[in-house]
Amino acid sequence: MSELFTSVEDLAERIPDGAKVAMAPDYSGCSMVTARALIARGARNLHLIGVPSVGFQGDMLIGAGCVETLETAAVTLDEYGPAPRFMAAAKAGTLKIIDGTCPAIHAGLQAAEKGIPYMPVRGIVGSDLLTHRDDWTTGTDPFGEQGGPLVLVKAIRPDVTLIHAPLADRNGNVWIGVRREMMVMAHAARETFVTAEEIYDGDLLADERLAPGTIPGLYVSALAEAANGAWPVGLFGRYGPDDAHLRDYLDRARTDEGFAGWLDEFVYAPKAAE
Amino acid sequence: MSADLAPEELLIATVAGMLDGLRHVAVGAQSPIPGSAALLARARSGGSLRVSMLGSETHSPFTDGGRELFDCAAQGRIDAFFLGGGQIDGQANINLVGIGDYPNTKVRFPGSFGSAYLYLLVPRVILFREEHTARVLVPKVDFISAPGVSDDDVLRTGGPHALVTGRCVFAFNADKRRFALASVHPGHDADEIREHTGFDYDVPDVVPETQTPNAATLELLRGRVADEVAETYPAFAARVFGAADAA
Repeated sequence: MSELFTSVEDLAERIPDGAKVAMAPDYSGCSMVTARALIARGARNLHLIGVPSVGFQGDMLIGAGCVETLETAAVTLDEYGPAPRFMAAAKAGTLKIIDGTCPAIHAGLQAAEKGIPYMPVRGIVGSDLLTHRDDWTTGTDPFGEQGGPLVLVKAIRPDVTLIHAPLADRNGNVWIGVRREMMVMAHAARETFVTAEEIYDGDLLADERLAPGTIPGLYVSALAEAANGAWPVGLFGRYGPDDAHLRDYLDRARTDEGFAGWLDEFVYAPKAAE
Repeated sequence: MSADLAPEELLIATVAGMLDGLRHVAVGAQSPIPGSAALLARARSGGSLRVSMLGSETHSPFTDGGRELFDCAAQGRIDAFFLGGGQIDGQANINLVGIGDYPNTKVRFPGSFGSAYLYLLVPRVILFREEHTARVLVPKVDFISAPGVSDDDVLRTGGPHALVTGRCVFAFNADKRRFALASVHPGHDADEIREHTGFDYDVPDVVPETQTPNAATLELLRGRVADEVAETYPAFAARVFGAADAA
């Protein structure tokens, strides 16, 4: 086993304070186990990038004081309603929010994966989002075919992409299936840290059926095996969200004291018991 | 029949009527009523309407990650989409960001999602917001997540078609940059709509009542469509169609 493989705690140590960290939404691959390790190690001043939104993972990190800046198209807990710790931080003015829109976030990452400075995007003109973004501007089609201004979105280069995936092999290849936003995230980031539900006994790239949905190991800096690593949100094709836990979280996270109790029970106490 | 009609069923049938004849309708996350409407329109289309529902394992055709829906829209491959808003104003601007002076919002909403983009690119965007109050339907939104209208120099192939609420249907006239009251749901009236709407709009001399679904549509909705909706929105399907069956 190479030094590629490590522990969840080591992954959290290797995401420095102040890092720009790209994360997937709750329905994709969330390394919730590493998010809890980040909280446990007292991470600070993180710049989270929701690709294109964040959910419970973002809410928990914000609530625990790990986040200085949130760059996202939305914070959504879907059917569970408003995100309580995000709402509290927005109201208190303690969080810098960089409001975006889904396709601009995807496009910014695509620019980074191509090594180019920006990506033109249609739409957006006339939105107040544009007036508040100093990393977006407008330009015209130099070939003169498409009339009207295009929005030029500056490349988004995360320091770290942090994801959870169903499978990884011993060469660091990571299977994500059709959740290919995670492929773009891995291409765009300086480093990609992965937790995997299970280790695949073989080469994911050697199987024609699996290879197209596989992030090659060349993009992956470190990997930890973590069964149930997306809990309490779900992992596509594997398990659904832990509905009872999430409802309990929402109930408790409505107040500072309730959220502190949740942190004690599910982050600090398990850590202390190790 | 209308005595048994759930309010959601009327809204679903109304929205579905705006989708008949289209090729491809996409539905965003957490949109049970628009999603049901799209599935109803598909059931009536004899297989010619494609429905792409985010959050559904069986009705999502995309294999290239989160960006594919947006790429599809920019190419003109999506005919209709649905948007809502914490605030919607009389020029069909929508606000998904917050109330107050941005960035110091007094009330924060979830964020703009893909609205700033899709509103300009999808030909038939149906605004859907069940809550019809002067709090939501305002004279001017505090933040424009996505603009209802654009100047002529902006490349725009899409925009608002109608606004469907729990009380009525407004049609949007892009040339006049205004809504007009198109129909009022049974049990509501034009004066009440005026009282609960914060923006100005046109009213025809005769305001029709929103058409209720016929027996064949209801049968389809409560049978096949209810089953399909339940895959993505089990709680919604049980509440609406389960209750309707028992009534």
